[in-house]
Amino acid sequence: MSGSSRIGAGLWTQAEAPLGFCFDGRPLRGLRGDTLASALLANGVRLVGRSFKYHRPRGIVTAGPEEPCALVDVLGPAGREPNRLATTLALQEGLIAESQNRWPSLRFDVRSIGNLAARFLPAGFYYKTFMAPGWAWERLYEPTIRRAAGLGRLVVAASDHAAPAETVHDHADVLVIGAGTAGLAAAQRLGLAGARVMLLEQDAAMGGGSLLDRRWQAWREASIAALDRLHNVRQLPRSCVVGAYGHGVYAALETLSSGESARFHGLRERLRIIRARRVLLTTGAIERLIAFPGNDLPGVMLAGAALAYLRRYGVAVGAHPAFFVNSDEAYQTVFEFAAAGIASAGVIDVRPKSQAADRARALGISVQGGAAVQSVAGGRSVQRLKFAPLAGGNPGVLHADCLLISGGYTPATALASQVGATQVWQPSIAAYTPVLDPRIGRVAGAARGCYGLAAAALDGAAAAASIAAELRLAARPVEPAWDLPPDPEQTPMEPLWEVRGRGKAFVDLQNDVTTEDVRLAQREGYEHVEHMKRYTTHGMATDQGRIGGLVGSAVLAQARGLPVSEVGLPKFRPYTQPLPFAALAGSEVGMHFKPRRRLPLHDWHEAAGATFVSLGLWLRPLVYGRETGWEAVIREARAVRRSVGLTDVSSLGKIDVQGPDAARFLDFIYANRFSTLPVGRARYGIMLREDGMLLDDGTTSRLAPEHFLITTTTANSAVVLEHMEFQLQSVCPHLDVLLCDVADQWAQFALAGPRSREVVAAVVSDLDLSNEAFPFMAASAATLAGVPGRVFRISFSGELAFELAVPAAHAVGLWTALLAAGRAFGIVPYGLDALNTLRIEKGHVTGAELNGNTTADDLGLQRMLKVQGDFVGRMLAQRPGLRSPDRLQLVGVRPIDRNQRLRNGAQLIVPAAGARSLGYITSSTPSVELEGWVGLALLADGRGRTGQRLIAASPIHGENTEVEILSPHMIDPANARVRT
Amino acid sequence: MTGKAVLRIPCPWCGVRDEVEFRYRGDASLSRPGLAASLAECCAQTYERTNPSGWHLEWWLHVGGCRKLLKLVRHTLTHEIHAVGQAQDRLTAPPEVPPP
Repeated sequence: MSGSSRIGAGLWTQAEAPLGFCFDGRPLRGLRGDTLASALLANGVRLVGRSFKYHRPRGIVTAGPEEPCALVDVLGPAGREPNRLATTLALQEGLIAESQNRWPSLRFDVRSIGNLAARFLPAGFYYKTFMAPGWAWERLYEPTIRRAAGLGRLVVAASDHAAPAETVHDHADVLVIGAGTAGLAAAQRLGLAGARVMLLEQDAAMGGGSLLDRRWQAWREASIAALDRLHNVRQLPRSCVVGAYGHGVYAALETLSSGESARFHGLRERLRIIRARRVLLTTGAIERLIAFPGNDLPGVMLAGAALAYLRRYGVAVGAHPAFFVNSDEAYQTVFEFAAAGIASAGVIDVRPKSQAADRARALGISVQGGAAVQSVAGGRSVQRLKFAPLAGGNPGVLHADCLLISGGYTPATALASQVGATQVWQPSIAAYTPVLDPRIGRVAGAARGCYGLAAAALDGAAAAASIAAELRLAARPVEPAWDLPPDPEQTPMEPLWEVRGRGKAFVDLQNDVTTEDVRLAQREGYEHVEHMKRYTTHGMATDQGRIGGLVGSAVLAQARGLPVSEVGLPKFRPYTQPLPFAALAGSEVGMHFKPRRRLPLHDWHEAAGATFVSLGLWLRPLVYGRETGWEAVIREARAVRRSVGLTDVSSLGKIDVQGPDAARFLDFIYANRFSTLPVGRARYGIMLREDGMLLDDGTTSRLAPEHFLITTTTANSAVVLEHMEFQLQSVCPHLDVLLCDVADQWAQFALAGPRSREVVAAVVSDLDLSNEAFPFMAASAATLAGVPGRVFRISFSGELAFELAVPAAHAVGLWTALLAAGRAFGIVPYGLDALNTLRIEKGHVTGAELNGNTTADDLGLQRMLKVQGDFVGRMLAQRPGLRSPDRLQLVGVRPIDRNQRLRNGAQLIVPAAGARSLGYITSSTPSVELEGWVGLALLADGRGRTGQRLIAASPIHGENTEVEILSPHMIDPANARVRT
Repeated sequence: MTGKAVLRIPCPWCGVRDEVEFRYRGDASLSRPGLAASLAECCAQTYERTNPSGWHLEWWLHVGGCRKLLKLVRHTLTHEIHAVGQAQDRLTAPPEVPPP
């Protein structure tokens, strides 16, 4: 509680529209147009949070997104949302906000005894204290630190909108960022020249600094009206550019007003991805703090912020303010408070003399020239301050209820830095200004140190003219006619970064970084500004050190004995302000997170009661039927082994390869040979990556001398096509081959089981299916259920099997014809689980074994590698380490006790104390042909261990199962069934 | 951003397209060793890369568009794309100039 209150009408507040809200359980009143911060100040609330590290009391310091302290949790129907800035959060009826980082209450915080322990929390404290042991970090230190020193808390409840944010894409000739006088002038100039302009302003109103100066009201309103008439100019308030990327891509977060939010059914935010030919950065400048002992006490506020609260919201942040300044600009606040009838306690000016000080004295305001504030005092809020002449002399005391400070203005260069601008030191403003490659854009106005509203407007217009000329937009651009209020004549500012004394002087209020921390970092060798930043956390977190960043660089420069211009600022990166994850996600949530691919037969599978599983983007039937556990899977797999089953393999990748050099190309892509494959035959193939590891496997059929069809695993289909395109165009451009992805064009079904030939025969009219005419690995065009299609005699299950393909639109016709033809044999549709059971028994590999770490030799496929001729992966597959017998090799496993089950991921060990893992189970299933469970495993020297007994240990299940090691081909090792 | 555009690549066949449509395929200045190459040469070719600060010749495959393999001369600091060509084009990097 203190002397801040609403004293009159604000530019933005509507006195006739009171709103009720709640802060830390206290019901309070504000006005429509308020931010949470202005409403709190209007109610005399000054203490709004506790600091991150020391839990010191903190108040509101700024009036915008640069705010380091006034972060609150907002409670709403969507849950508890942390780290909302009170200074930008629009007040709404019923808003519930809570302060952060305090326990048990804001006024009495147990951890503020951290103040006493402060000497134990120096810069680099975490690094030094938590060096060892490694495990302790994640189990002990991090959770404890997070509890003690976190910022807000996130609790998510149901959202009131299907997606609280959306993403939109915009294109513009010129993106103008910041609608102060420079931005407004530039947008008009560019608009008149015919450019497609987007003018983005982070505030709710256009105008920037001109909103705080009455003389500019007419120009500002005329400019906005002029822009409204230009249809090629879009003005977007409440839109903050959060990231600037290469190639003219920018991201902006637009926060919808409550009215617009209601119109869009509760949509809160809009992430705009903007592609612009040029950018014009008219982002203005940000007032900076001065480091002096106690500069974090509630009631110490930036002078420009106090002016904003007075002008925008009619709120006086104090009844008896004192000022600590170093430029004439800051006196605007002094004069406005005087005009509002608020008596100043006095002005402490770093400069011995200035024109503004003379004007203030003429108004009866006491000004101490050539002096600096030494310290401030008061329990939870400013009560008095001590000052002293800089040249030495007797100190004085001022009694005041707030201290409004200004250490000068720093151009807002974060976005310029993100697009690669260099920073040049400007002694006249004691700050860096950015220099941008004109092919990217330009910087104008206060953002390049051109201070004064009129000067900025003219600078904006000039930059706009340059851009218009560069874009060849108008041979004779139209000059807007302006009558600009002149900028007052000013005495130059004098930089003052720090007043040294007893007590903590902060350069970063959000991260609790003091001037001493910066010096400590320097002493310990973290001299570079980027190192100092990371060692102290100076300039990190939500406010990105906007108000104190340069002060930290200056303190570091002083410690290093260098001018500030030699030290620089750290590089800025996206994002410039906190961004809700919801805004990044947009509408890509839930079902819309990624596309879903449905099989041509999806509706049939669904009607048949299939349970689906996601495989890549595909939804595939896992199992049909309602039996519990493994029953349905075993029933389906048993039908295949005993009679016949039908499964949908349409999701397999299918790539059509055509051209005179198709065979040569496949010889290069695959490790085995395809040029010797006769027309009308299929062959199993493996392809390697260039590093010699297995990439994928599948069957390839030669449909004509220059026409092959290859299949890939479902998960790898896009990867394989990309791999083939790359190899074809980069390594084999001399080959005349074309590739075409035909996965979506063909539906493909596998019909497997001893009776499958009879079923296929019922739907095929023009193909002799006898074993002699159409043997294992035959491939042919055929008419299937009246439709031109293809038949392949290939098998994944290990049974006599056929795969049948028809154009996707005919999927249902063929499928139902096959089921009808198979009814006499008890045909069943089977899902992915049964397919898995069948292939594990047979010892066929899939993604669990083709896991990117296995070689052909590991999986027992070494003999497939060509000896003659080049192919991808040829050389690196020969590395001695990849041929070592110690590598994990594919084996089969079965429990000795047939009643015990296997677990995927169980580690294989020898039964001895301290035994180390020799490998692990990759796939397992109850068997339909053998008793109990069977599995595949990758085991060190696996082929050499055939017949051994090992323990399959699964500690998370508390299981140690004795298993025997077998050949992976656990059924029909002679491969007789597929040839019957 | 959420996997959205950062680079804007002028595909000679499709026009300017966002980076998400492309797949980066590495250093385009390397050529695959022939049959006579030693194992050491093949290892170097597969694993050893320079990390240039400046112009870089690189492969980009337009997987979400025409599926053509493009060759780019891109600056690794500024992301400026100096030239885009077909896979077999001989592109050269401009002389390195210090940033303004």
